[in-house]
Amino acid sequence: MISCEQAQVICNKKQYREARFLEKVQLMGHMLFCKACFKFSRKNNRLTQMICQADMRSLSEAEKQRLKQQLQNPGGS
Amino acid sequence: MAKTELHPDTWVDRYADYLYNYALVRVGDEDLAKDLVQETFIAGLKSAPNFEGKAAERTWLVAILKRKIIDYYRKSNTEKGKAEVRMSFSASSEQEGDWLEAKAADPQSLRENDGIENEELGLAIQQCISGLPEKHARVFTLKTIRQWSTEDICKEMDITPSNLWVMVHRARMSLMECLNENWFKDS
Repeated sequence: MISCEQAQVICNKKQYREARFLEKVQLMGHMLFCKACFKFSRKNNRLTQMICQADMRSLSEAEKQRLKQQLQNPGGS
Repeated sequence: MAKTELHPDTWVDRYADYLYNYALVRVGDEDLAKDLVQETFIAGLKSAPNFEGKAAERTWLVAILKRKIIDYYRKSNTEKGKAEVRMSFSASSEQEGDWLEAKAADPQSLRENDGIENEELGLAIQQCISGLPEKHARVFTLKTIRQWSTEDICKEMDITPSNLWVMVHRARMSLMECLNENWFKDS
């Protein structure tokens, strides 16, 4: 039987499709008996769904770096 | 209320993605949205001495961005020699939805408010991400929004996979908490 901490890690990996089959089985088994982890999992899934729905974008690391340089040195090109 | 102070050195990490999403929804063009964010930061830096500390930093930057967006539409309308109000979006398009009347609600449509809701949701999430510790915010954004692989992030940030999952976990817990009141009501 896995601990709640392990269950949460697996549940997080699952959000990024990085949980292995055996891990998913372990998580299911744990959630049968642990209401807290069951609730956590439901909320976590919902968060993933919301992020997907919001279609968010992010500037790349390089672009952020460029912005930072410009802010430090606004006169330069 | 205590006066807010400006911290331009933290602007990019805390607000760049928020402003970018805000601009992108309104102008519909990635490069243009990036330029607007850059102009906003530079204008913010220039007018920083006039900042009265009454608004929050982000609110103040958004106000500058809004003016930049309005300026952009004014300019693109003037260039075309037209007085109509374009609701949108890319300068070159004449598609449906570019004009005010095309934006009127269609009572038949159940999906009418989806776009607005999704935008609000995106900005709400972005705002919550800004509240995270910087390193957690960066890991979470790379992993979740830019969808980097675990391996690449570990290499880039020089951390172990278990560090990564701890940070992702903390970030997700904070986000659930932060979004709780408004967005998790029905679950």
